[in-house]
Amino acid sequence: MESLERVYREEFGRVVASLTRRFGDLDVAEDAAGEALLVALERWPVDGVPANPGGWLTTTATRKAIDRLRRESHRDAKHQAAHMLHDDTPHEAMGVVEDDRLRLIFTCCHPALAPEARVALTLRLLGGLTVPEIAAAFLVPETTMGQRITRAKRKIAAAHIPYRVPCAADLPARIDAVLAVLYLVFNEGYLSTSGDAPLREDLTAEAIRLARILRGLLPDATEVPGLLALMLLIDARRTARLAPGGELITLAEQDRSRWDRAAIDEGHALVRECLALGRPGRYQLLAAINAVHTDARDVRDTDWSQIAALYTQLAGIDPNPIVALNRAVAIAELDGPEVALALVDALPLDAYHAWHATRADLLRRLGRSEEARAAYDRALGLSDNAAEAAYLSRRRDQLGG
Amino acid sequence: MSQYFLAVNHDPADTTMDEMTPAQMQELFAAVDAFNTEVKEQGAWVFAGGLQPLEMSTVVDNTGAQPVITDGPYAESKEYLGGFWVIEASDLDAALVWAQKGSKACAGKVEVRPFQDEPEA
Repeated sequence: MESLERVYREEFGRVVASLTRRFGDLDVAEDAAGEALLVALERWPVDGVPANPGGWLTTTATRKAIDRLRRESHRDAKHQAAHMLHDDTPHEAMGVVEDDRLRLIFTCCHPALAPEARVALTLRLLGGLTVPEIAAAFLVPETTMGQRITRAKRKIAAAHIPYRVPCAADLPARIDAVLAVLYLVFNEGYLSTSGDAPLREDLTAEAIRLARILRGLLPDATEVPGLLALMLLIDARRTARLAPGGELITLAEQDRSRWDRAAIDEGHALVRECLALGRPGRYQLLAAINAVHTDARDVRDTDWSQIAALYTQLAGIDPNPIVALNRAVAIAELDGPEVALALVDALPLDAYHAWHATRADLLRRLGRSEEARAAYDRALGLSDNAAEAAYLSRRRDQLGG
Repeated sequence: MSQYFLAVNHDPADTTMDEMTPAQMQELFAAVDAFNTEVKEQGAWVFAGGLQPLEMSTVVDNTGAQPVITDGPYAESKEYLGGFWVIEASDLDAALVWAQKGSKACAGKVEVRPFQDEPEA
């Protein structure tokens, strides 16, 4: 039942968020949402998908939660359940329910939780992915992932991590934490760090979907459309990025007719929208850089001076050597590989595979084959993505004596 | 309301405190005093204290047949508890705001640990 799964994925976060606000307990909300799915799996194929599947799932899950609370012998729980039974508040319309999902995402991405726990909780509670699915996506055993999620939920309860949107003073930093989680999910899907599958489309699609939700919830936070645009513009090149044999195809060598035009158009529109607001941030600038790349129908039409300028602006707000490395790649196109190599060599990135891969490429273009070969070897030793490794070995093996 | 334990751990390898001039020490004490006053005025104060160094401690073990009293800490550890606050806060976010102010005042890292909830009567 394809549509059931889709509806469920769409509605799960809404149901969990709404029940968490009502019952104040993530476990109760999560379990009840799961039980409601089982009922849906039984009933929907027979009765058809209801007109308001979200409302149906929330109502069913609420009944399941009340049943559970009634069964539990705790006096307070019984008391609360009795109270809930008389609470005939109707399933709320979009507004308030949307706010509940916003609460949920801030709770899942709270800085008091370990980063890997934030990612797992967000995918589980907001994204509706199952524990085995999340474990498979991050290549950890199911029991490990289950414990990670359980431990995080225990901490939320024990430390009284609040279930609400942070105050205005904390909001920018807390939105950054949420965006970091989404970008981490996306990157794990896009450039998987381990395993045989270089792409995990379920994760990239989920990150994009959650970013769309967040954008609807926080229309004034300009970095949210920035991140959404960035992910769309990267994801648009997905199908052109891998050769049939599984080798990575670099941006310069991709068949640009295979790019997803709809995603690019949407990304470009979002970038224009961000630019108009004049509050550039890290994700907006990265999106703008990707907009310049995707604007060129042929790699030779790429506006490298614009890309270098955007990286310079990015380095101003995010002074990290990886930004400087990417800027040097643009400088190589503008001022030649020799100028770029001097910039690259000055960066403290000896442990980073892309630094060695960039050096290798610049050395190759300068005809310094022996040094290029050594740099490819170092990059290969540090790369943990199969597609990238295949690309690097081919380039190394093509080097002349 | 929940109670939180705000611990200030001391690392003996960190000699910043030993190297402070009397004037710098005074400034630190004044900052901690001001923080304490704010915690009290906001009604978040439960209890606080600074502890003597680790070598002043005595371990009592009465888990066997006879109580055993020994000098010194129970286990060697790099860091030890130097002082603490116990505060009341509505939730972790509120406790973290106090911890940020406390950390600034005492010029050290603060570890925030929730108390176990009292069983409901």
